[in-house]
Amino acid sequence: MLDLFHAALIQPFAEFEFMRRALVGAVALAIAAAPVGVFLMLRRMSLTGDAMSHAILPGAAIGYLAAGLSLPAMTIGGLVAGVAVAVGAGAVARASVLGEDVALAAFYLVSLALGVTIVSMKGSNVDLLHVLFGTVLALDDQALFLIAGIATATLLGFAVIFRPLVAESVDPVFLASVARAGAPVHLVFMGLVVMNLVGAFHALGTLMAVGLMMLPAASARLWVDDLSAMIGVAAGSGMLAAIVGLLASYHFGLPAGPAIILTAGLVYVLSLVFGRRGLLVARLTRPHLEA
Amino acid sequence: MNAQDPLAIEFTDLTLGYDRHPAVHHLTGGFARGVTTVVLGPNGAGKSTLLKGIGGLLSPLGGKIRLHGFEARDIAHLPQLAEIDRSFPISVFDFVALGLWRRIGAFGGIGAEERRRVGAALAAVGLDGFERRAIGTLSGGQMQRAMFARLVVQDATVILLDEPFNAVDRRTTEDLIDLVHHWHDEGRTVVMVLHDHDIALRLARDALLIARETVAFGPVGEVIGEENLARARRMIESFDDHAHICHRPAA
Repeated sequence: MLDLFHAALIQPFAEFEFMRRALVGAVALAIAAAPVGVFLMLRRMSLTGDAMSHAILPGAAIGYLAAGLSLPAMTIGGLVAGVAVAVGAGAVARASVLGEDVALAAFYLVSLALGVTIVSMKGSNVDLLHVLFGTVLALDDQALFLIAGIATATLLGFAVIFRPLVAESVDPVFLASVARAGAPVHLVFMGLVVMNLVGAFHALGTLMAVGLMMLPAASARLWVDDLSAMIGVAAGSGMLAAIVGLLASYHFGLPAGPAIILTAGLVYVLSLVFGRRGLLVARLTRPHLEA
Repeated sequence: MNAQDPLAIEFTDLTLGYDRHPAVHHLTGGFARGVTTVVLGPNGAGKSTLLKGIGGLLSPLGGKIRLHGFEARDIAHLPQLAEIDRSFPISVFDFVALGLWRRIGAFGGIGAEERRRVGAALAAVGLDGFERRAIGTLSGGQMQRAMFARLVVQDATVILLDEPFNAVDRRTTEDLIDLVHHWHDEGRTVVMVLHDHDIALRLARDALLIARETVAFGPVGEVIGEENLARARRMIESFDDHAHICHRPAA
């Protein structure tokens, strides 16, 4: 019994270094992505994360063109493209009649097409797959340091902007009346979003980088009402998805990145059905309270 | 208004608006210190715009707003259609504690003294025992009480209220009116936009009747005469969507 347990859960990580690296990287990503995802969800910007994940593609592609599959070049390219699209969409929204959502949609669609074009022009299909789907099982030291650094910076960043970000999310007009913090806080938050997407895209690729943010956040919302608890539950369910996803990929020969996201998706579906705020509890005809 | 009253807020030739269209046009006047003043006028008269200008949420297109004896950060503003996301998971206590911003900023801790202030404010608006409830579970009247509690916590020298009794039942209105009376007794300057003349007469000494420009200013009882009100309505009806650039010389 214990042997079986060991073979299923421990041995893959004990035996293979690439599994340990994948575990460290995915867990660090899950922790950092939790607060990002929870605030994206609560600010009704869930799809903004998705759009931004596409928007970083041409930057990474230009970095790839300049230096091949080089981590620093693609990271810097992705960061620059992501921040440019976030700031550009915000500027268009303020200066024109277009809302922020449509401005962002326009930017990221062009950006995505440009990115795919650049990669296809120069590289092979394998390279394109690498950029789109990540290489969680091939994280080198450089990539691990990058992911760990981003996770650390993200948690520190949230510690700094937490209160103004909550105020800006609940009552932006009030925040504007007591402090000129609204615009800077929004920008820092978008910066954290881009940073985490760039970190996640090395491991999971642009198409799934957002999965580790939004799925655990949505799951957490279905269990708890308190904001801090929600971030904790999201981080926990993200880490669970990372571990279970990696094991599933090892035992059943699934691609690792999608396996992690599918596990997070399974947690979401289970939460949706069985969560404290889920469908089942809402449907159960419980007698209502007296007051 | 009596001529010898020291002014808390003074505006000179003030024009405020959106997309270059003036909503408040060449307004000159002021609000007396420690006095409760109502701003009256038909819809579209620029009442909320004037409050936004004083509260610093809108920059003047022309003219000046001067604050005497206090700074912009001493103003507390209760907007009319507060853009509050009531689905955000925040407790009533934390929401009201946002009013402490001036004292504790983005990083300061909430200690015993701050807790006492928030508790006292909740008690003052009759929301004892609601501390841990999420704001999304409050009724409209309870939410307005919470907004007033936050104003109490802000402890501001000047309080701007934009139609604070809209969609609020009689009992809540009476409680909140008591609170405004209390603010007046504490020497605070209160400026409020109202449509209800009875409440205006009970709460305020001065009234400013505007229709983008000043129609009348003085004691409430004199301002709300039928002649003034009719004049204000006519001025709004003559609004021109295709207006030319205003060349009126500064007063």
